[in-house]
Amino acid sequence: MSDSALSRVNLFDSRADHASVAVESPLAYSLQRSGAPAPSAASRVVLREQAFLGHLILRGGAIVLDEALREVLDTGLPGRPNTLSWDASGERSIQWLSPDEWLLIVPGGEAFAVERRLRERLADASFAIVDVSGGQTLLTLEGEAVPELLMKSVVYDVDPSHFAVGKGVNTVFAKATAIVRRSGETRWELVVRRSFADYCYRWLLDAGEEYAIGVER
Amino acid sequence: MFQIYCPYCEELREEEEFHPKGQAHIVRPADPEACSDEEWGDYLFFRDNPRGIHHEMWVHAVGCRKFFNVTRHTVSYAILETYKIGEQPSVTAEPSAGEAAASTADVRQGVRA
Ligand SMILES: [Zn+2]
Repeated sequence: MSDSALSRVNLFDSRADHASVAVESPLAYSLQRSGAPAPSAASRVVLREQAFLGHLILRGGAIVLDEALREVLDTGLPGRPNTLSWDASGERSIQWLSPDEWLLIVPGGEAFAVERRLRERLADASFAIVDVSGGQTLLTLEGEAVPELLMKSVVYDVDPSHFAVGKGVNTVFAKATAIVRRSGETRWELVVRRSFADYCYRWLLDAGEEYAIGVER
Repeated sequence: MFQIYCPYCEELREEEEFHPKGQAHIVRPADPEACSDEEWGDYLFFRDNPRGIHHEMWVHAVGCRKFFNVTRHTVSYAILETYKIGEQPSVTAEPSAGEAAASTADVRQGVRA
């Protein structure tokens, strides 16, 4: 790499060989071994894993990161704590995690290119970008009973009148932690760590049984 | 429900998400080499244990994971204020009896039921 700022970090595409190397999502084991009831007409909650997305943690000053993101992805940082925003396509999201930390989720295979372009754009600014794609996974929960299911699982107030679309919090989920986000009227998302994924998945199946939870594959 | 206001998340969050981290506003000696053993020992090991107003550091461990300060009453356990690292407390003295009665409604948010 010729650029001096880039040469200081060891940037590599962790998925460069994804065509030839088998990859397994954090839920691969659970879907096989912990059961996956098919969705039915009675399902008031439908769960789906959005596997192999690119998850990037961005750290640094809000102003400099916002400018870089606008240039690279044509979307800025969410303006308020505990909120997230999407780009025009709705495929890329950026969520506030703390005053100097955001979670950027992009379609699978895009993370390396996005990270590279952000690093080029940010150059000598004080920032950090960490690709955490392999460490966590995104689950979507769709249906009118999702708030009820979440009320059994998190300490945070997930009543839809309090938890608006575009809100996202990092909180206690069962005995683990997870990021809870609301992406639509009846559509919610969980970001769970790989090591907690099976536990959270089985918790959801158990808690969702009364809503005839189904798993879309 | 016992909730604490996180100054970084800018909202009330459940106690379960937080951890207390001891006395706040402890300044590391600028020149440790010049400290006597007693000064260094005080800095490292000795903490205040007041009856009444206490300024403490807490961390929003499961939320934004930021440290912040809490002014807490060690008798009533009431949290009187929370403020960011680097800021100074606005509550530094015991309220008079009249003030205490008037502000009860404000502090109830921080009292364990
Ligand atoms: Zn917080």
